[in-house]
Amino acid sequence: MQIALEIQRFNPETNTESEFQTFNVTVEPTDRILDALMEISRNQDGTLVFRKSCAHGVCGSDAMRINGTERLACKTLVQDVADADGATVRIEPLRHLPIQRDLMVDQSVFFRKFRSVKPYFVAGSEIGEREYLQSQADRAVFDDATKCINCSACYSACPVLQKNPDFLGPAAIVQAARFVFDSRDKGLEARLDVLDSPDGVWPCENHFECTRVCPREIKITKLINLTKREIKKYREARGEATAEHKEAN
Amino acid sequence: MTHEFDAVIVGAGGAGLYAALEASKTARTAVVSKLYPTRSHTGAAQGGIGAALGNVDQDSPEWHAFDTVKGGDYLVDQQAARILAEEAVQAVYDLENRGLPFSRTPDGRIDQRRFGGHTRNFGEAPVHRSCYAADRTGNMILQTLYQQCIKNDVHFYDEFQVVEVFLDGTRVAGVAAFELATGEVHVFKAKAVMFATGGFGRMFRITSNAHANTGDGPALLARVGIPLEDMEFFQFHPTGIRGMGILITEGVRGEGGILRNSKGERFMERYAPTLLDLAPRDMVSRAIMTEVIEGRGIRGDGRIDDWVMLDASHLGRETVYAKIPDIADFCKTYLGVDPAEAPMPVQPTAHYAMGGIPTDIDGRVCTDTTVYAGLYAAGECACVSVHGANRLGTNSLVDLVVYGRRAGRHIADYVRSADHSRLPADAGDAARERIATLKKSRGPHPGPLYERMQQTMMARIGVYREREQMEEAVAEIRQLREEFQQVRVQDNSANYNQEVLGILELENLLDLSLVTAVSALNRTESRGAHSRKDFPERDDVSWLKHTLAFLNGSDVSIDYKAVDTSIWEPKPRTY
Repeated sequence: MQIALEIQRFNPETNTESEFQTFNVTVEPTDRILDALMEISRNQDGTLVFRKSCAHGVCGSDAMRINGTERLACKTLVQDVADADGATVRIEPLRHLPIQRDLMVDQSVFFRKFRSVKPYFVAGSEIGEREYLQSQADRAVFDDATKCINCSACYSACPVLQKNPDFLGPAAIVQAARFVFDSRDKGLEARLDVLDSPDGVWPCENHFECTRVCPREIKITKLINLTKREIKKYREARGEATAEHKEAN
Repeated sequence: MTHEFDAVIVGAGGAGLYAALEASKTARTAVVSKLYPTRSHTGAAQGGIGAALGNVDQDSPEWHAFDTVKGGDYLVDQQAARILAEEAVQAVYDLENRGLPFSRTPDGRIDQRRFGGHTRNFGEAPVHRSCYAADRTGNMILQTLYQQCIKNDVHFYDEFQVVEVFLDGTRVAGVAAFELATGEVHVFKAKAVMFATGGFGRMFRITSNAHANTGDGPALLARVGIPLEDMEFFQFHPTGIRGMGILITEGVRGEGGILRNSKGERFMERYAPTLLDLAPRDMVSRAIMTEVIEGRGIRGDGRIDDWVMLDASHLGRETVYAKIPDIADFCKTYLGVDPAEAPMPVQPTAHYAMGGIPTDIDGRVCTDTTVYAGLYAAGECACVSVHGANRLGTNSLVDLVVYGRRAGRHIADYVRSADHSRLPADAGDAARERIATLKKSRGPHPGPLYERMQQTMMARIGVYREREQMEEAVAEIRQLREEFQQVRVQDNSANYNQEVLGILELENLLDLSLVTAVSALNRTESRGAHSRKDFPERDDVSWLKHTLAFLNGSDVSIDYKAVDTSIWEPKPRTY
């Protein structure tokens, strides 16, 4: 079948504003949108740029907006977004991150927030000769959070980030939850200065957009709420107040 | 711009990150990677990392080492395999202690599952040896190592493509790298350089490999005269998603999944009566191709793109979604099939390079006669050789953890006493010139060359090989390398010029395709993944030796290196 890809183009070296350009490509309904983009860049227009790598939804390189929704281009089949021959599919870069060129966005801020939650294991006890013991139930608690691939789809879809760019954002909270709910990790306290701050977990308003777009089907909003509850529990046990109602500096 | 470090690690997959963690303990270390962190292909490894923990079954590193040697059809260097199996145990504990979320046994230990070719007591029966985190073990290893790099403040240069390596005689002096964001060529002066650039499955049409897997390290080194070892041995994983090549982990069969042909027969009974569906990958891939060629594929027309079925539906929904959730997701996304209910259509997919940059057990790049001081390699781009003629499932992750760590430790030690070598005064200019030339005039798009290379390699250097077809492949690849000289970019921008990057990658793949095809044509026997219709038997008298292939312009010359068989005598390989 033939489809038209309507792609947002922008190159700061040559453009002052972005514009849409339409490419016609011949595809199978079961091809990935990434395959169609590759066809354009290798055979039609070498100036079209986008990120890619694994091509099956595990590396997180090719998140973009496809017909207005954040998706991975390699995990979206043509038939998922184009219902008939001649259909038009609109492709745009992610929101809330500066556009570098065409479909490439600058993830520096995203990764800075990711690093700010100390996304690494903080050992709770001395390392023994072998492995830490962990029950299957304890392992299951944080399983969902281990699936994140830092693609930024949730970051783009989040309505709170639209009005408050300083919000920590869904993905970084998922990374924090990955460790906070790991029975072996004892790093909640070390992460509180970021999580329990006015721009930490609290701005989340439960729009569920992150959960809806996550290509790994992580229940992100639920993890954010569980993290909020864990922080409240920690503060209450110490008779302290959370930063939920504080103003950002 | 010129940067100076003690050590530069090229590639940020498992081997590169582990080496960076170790090297950075004493050395000023930079990781230079063409991808953002955690995008590397280690993250796509699914089924597990083999280590004889004995958490489920009785097990020993000696059995693991033996299975590795036999699985590699005795082309494995046996002391290297012994180190692999012994150090795997501590490596897995280290990863767990650094937070890796392994799946657990009922008593809270690291859980283990069965995998192809891994047996107890030298081949008696399958053993539970693969330590796993659901079916995203590689992703968890990559994330854990990256998390540790953040914790230890390792310095990253993201989206830098290394385009040249500088040698001063046989000592490394540094590398040049193309910065995607600006188009600038940077020079990195370093006492030690390690390549950990992964595989090059993108030379084949049907592959499980990422677009980024273009063999950049081996190709750069081949162009400065360093030979590549055992390049004829490329693994076709038996179970890729039909038509797309996306990997379906061997763990599916480890959990009890069964391969069936169009008649519903469990055909592995005829090929590997003891291990059945858990025979090593080369044997299972050949079995599938034989079924297909003899007309028992699902379509039944005997063509090589026909397929068979992998059935996991009898395992029950709970097992499927607990043990192989990502596989279920892939099958639903790409095939519209729920593996808990229906079988999955699969065909062999180009998966893993057993060959690569020759190294010793400390990751030092070397031939029989020369050690390249300060130059290291580990992971899939390297050839230690622990995989010989066919890698066992899980051993890729074992390799990159064990040998990535060993190389990193050696680097940490080496840079303490080593000096910087002399960089050429014009270092980086050749690469700048090259990129300018690509932009100077008009020429054809690279797309058609990519397609012809992938078609040729898939059809003629595939699961089954024969002389005439391989000769055609060599001729076609030579022709493509000629035509490649005309390719130009359409994109004249300096910033984010993906087209320049793509053309440099294609050049690397073409060079490695030529080396692979010539090495395959040269080896007149069948061993492991190299299976020739015209020479169907293994020939230990003539061919129990490693190939060393030197790329000289459009020619490839061949030399050999002895195999270490100091522990087990080669025997016929049956399962």
